[in-house]
Amino acid sequence: MTADQLADLSDTLFSSSVGLYSLAVVAFCAQLAFGRRPARARELVGSGAPAEPGATAASAPGADPPAVRRWGRVAMLLTALGALAHAGVLVARGLATDRLPWGNMYEFATAVVLVAVVAFLVLAVRSPGLRHLGLFVLAPVVVSLVAIGLFLYVEGGPLVAALRSSWLAVHVTSAILGSGVFLVSGIASALYLVRSRYEARGGDGADLVARVPSAASLDRLAHRTAVFGFPIYTFAMIAGAIWAESAWGRFWGWDPKETWMFISWVVYAAYLHARTTAGWRGRPAAWVNVVGFGMVLFNLLYVNMVSTGLHSYGGVD
Amino acid sequence: MSLAAPPREAAAPPPPPARPSAVRRLGGFLLRQWRRLTAMRTAIVLLFLLALAAVPGSLLPQRSLSQANVSQYFADHPTLAPVLDRLYLFDVFSSPWFAAVYLLLFVSLIGCVLPRALEHARALRTPPPPAPRRLSRLPDAAELPTPLPAPEALDVVEEELRVRRHRVVRRERGGVEELSAEKGLLKEAGNLVFHLALVALLLALAGGKLWGYEGSILVTEGGRFCNSFQQYDTHSSGALVEGSDLTPVCVGLEDFRAEYEEDLTAASFTADITYGPPGQEGRPATIGVNDPLRVDGDRVYVTGHGFAPRFTVTLPDGSTFDDVSAPFLPTEQSTMASEGALKLPDLGAGAEDQLALQGFFAPTGMVRDGILTSINPQPLAPQVAIVAYQGYLGLDSGLPQSVYSLDTSQIERGRLTEVGSANLAVGESTTLPDGTTVTFTGYAEFAALQFSHDPGQVWVLAAAIAVLAGLLGMLLLRRERVFARATAAPADGGTVLGVGVLTRGSGDGAPRFAALTDDLRAALAARAAARAPSDGAAPEPEASPRDR
Ligand code: HEM
Repeated sequence: MTADQLADLSDTLFSSSVGLYSLAVVAFCAQLAFGRRPARARELVGSGAPAEPGATAASAPGADPPAVRRWGRVAMLLTALGALAHAGVLVARGLATDRLPWGNMYEFATAVVLVAVVAFLVLAVRSPGLRHLGLFVLAPVVVSLVAIGLFLYVEGGPLVAALRSSWLAVHVTSAILGSGVFLVSGIASALYLVRSRYEARGGDGADLVARVPSAASLDRLAHRTAVFGFPIYTFAMIAGAIWAESAWGRFWGWDPKETWMFISWVVYAAYLHARTTAGWRGRPAAWVNVVGFGMVLFNLLYVNMVSTGLHSYGGVD
Repeated sequence: MSLAAPPREAAAPPPPPARPSAVRRLGGFLLRQWRRLTAMRTAIVLLFLLALAAVPGSLLPQRSLSQANVSQYFADHPTLAPVLDRLYLFDVFSSPWFAAVYLLLFVSLIGCVLPRALEHARALRTPPPPAPRRLSRLPDAAELPTPLPAPEALDVVEEELRVRRHRVVRRERGGVEELSAEKGLLKEAGNLVFHLALVALLLALAGGKLWGYEGSILVTEGGRFCNSFQQYDTHSSGALVEGSDLTPVCVGLEDFRAEYEEDLTAASFTADITYGPPGQEGRPATIGVNDPLRVDGDRVYVTGHGFAPRFTVTLPDGSTFDDVSAPFLPTEQSTMASEGALKLPDLGAGAEDQLALQGFFAPTGMVRDGILTSINPQPLAPQVAIVAYQGYLGLDSGLPQSVYSLDTSQIERGRLTEVGSANLAVGESTTLPDGTTVTFTGYAEFAALQFSHDPGQVWVLAAAIAVLAGLLGMLLLRRERVFARATAAPADGGTVLGVGVLTRGSGDGAPRFAALTDDLRAALAARAAARAPSDGAAPEPEASPRDR
């Protein structure tokens, strides 16, 4: 295929993945709609019975009626297909431009969302109880992809000189991985805030919330993903500093992008502390995580589009 | 309140001595403040403050990034800007309040982590603590019945745990045999390494700031500069740097090349330079974007490039000034459209006979409706648009002025007047009203070079790697304590083995505990089956050699 055909294929795949994810959202809705209230049986897992590794207290697949499981499987399948198409967007881009497909904001943001979807898929395959989160992960995914397609889209092109470095692969890849995982963590904490209020009120209220995994397992999910993402993000920061030293003549210069990465990093450190500190556990810690998530988003969007720093390779006019 | 409890003490109340009390109160107060400062809660608040303090640094223009943007902000907000400036908001990252936040954080960190380090050092040398009285209180606990006698059941547990790389001790308390095991002390070590490496990172940064310097200069092809603050266009240096500390080297620019893709994206910038002590030839090196020269802690970077248009000026009396030029700064990177000024103060005899050309340079120019624009960053068809001024430039007025533009106040005062303007391609000339001709003869390329010295840099890198290693250890390792106690089963003469696990760290303990108990059950059953033939003669004083 020629570069132009590949570029077109990439764009087609982008629309396809948005379509597949949208269908997955519908299926996840159906799963929630047909679900009944989660059985108390859930709490039994974890008391010493042999459970599969990675299972959380919320996962009791047997507790769901068949219709729910069927819709859940359809939704997961659609999500997986969507993720394949989504990965294809980047692969085709990379082949068309003959470089790593994260040289501008469109590609970078698309990749971050892909990481979030894959992280969700991995978690949901390992602990089926988390499939009930599908709607809350996939709906923001669809919204962000549509926004990315509308506002950030740029044609593929060669990289500017400063980006031609193997550190692009190291720094940007790890930043994408870290941000994508933090995205899932942030969603889990946001849901935790909703769910824990619901549980505190004695478990009556919105039906939708009743089907979300328990607050305890959301909290654990948020923490596990943050613990996974934090070293990656730290590594991204160090790799960025090493790159900046050779590209810009200083390893750290408080450029807006650097500053916001530092701010997000510090907020995540605060979250990890808060999780282990009396008086901060639970809702306050979850708020910290949500704030960290906001910082990552802000760094991704605002800093690239509005401010003018050395990192302005965004390619957005 | 609790003073009332022991009556004997109430009988002889120790009168608090009046004099030391002030000192002791102060001591108590300081101790309380210290405890408060080194509490985890404070750490969280300080982390938040640090994040918050960095925010204005990214939203407001910073002097360290762009003096021009700060000046622009002053021009746009004449009343607000001085107030913000008073609050160091244009120098956030070198402001006293930002320093206060991170210094407090690091004091808190040291106060928090050092005691933990001592405790950890002690823990490394002491065996795992005795089992808690009631194992069932532990987060993960189970009871495994076995026909084996108590010591042998614990042997099985010990074997299983040693395979899992636990440190194991056996104890006997009140006639009951028990076992404590522990692994994952590296997790705590990771925590300590991480936090202490953060301190090291800060120290390395500070050292680099104090003893480092950097200077920037524009050098045209064939030009040369030596490493001294007088030569640099701009420079900054740490408080402990003396001019004489600068490495005595000179750098010459032999050739500069910019390469572009078909769609005019800049593909690479490379500069051939020579580098060596003053008075010597210097050895050649090629540097480029992402590829600086690094020698003995000094580094030379290409940070930009541009064009210096060249002119020949012929005065009415026939005297000529050949190939005078000045660097024009690019105003648009994608087309390399550049602006600058060439000042010629020494043409004639009088102070009023000075000439200046203010202009616009286009590497590939296109003129439409008399306006010159640049359409390509490569010098394919260079053109200049110049405005000529004659009069007094004000260079010796004592006020500093930019080399890249004219002093507009001289124009406003009427001491410098516009005398002509023209668009010129290479080789073309224009004649001013007094008969002076200006010919555009070509251009030279210049590179913006930066010379940096940062002795802290490698230490920062080492500390950063230690931070990451500590972080991985702290987050990924698990600290686990396993306790077991063997009590005789009241009913059938066998043993009930109580097992409990305490984990700290990532993940969910339950599945792992389930796996452990499964393995233990299997091992116990296997051992019981092996000794089944000689069953019945359960020897009471089993003196099997065991390591304790
Ligand atoms: C520069 C500031 C700091 C940063 C970036 C930072 C970062 C971190 C991170 C990422 C963790 C991992 C948490 C986890 O295990 O999930 C942690 C743990 C910890 N930090 Fe800090 N920290 C800082 C300052 C402090 C200070 C000032 C204190 C003491 C007041 C402190 C005490 C601790 C303790 C005790 C833990 C272990 C928590 C546990 O294992 O339960 N840290 N820190």
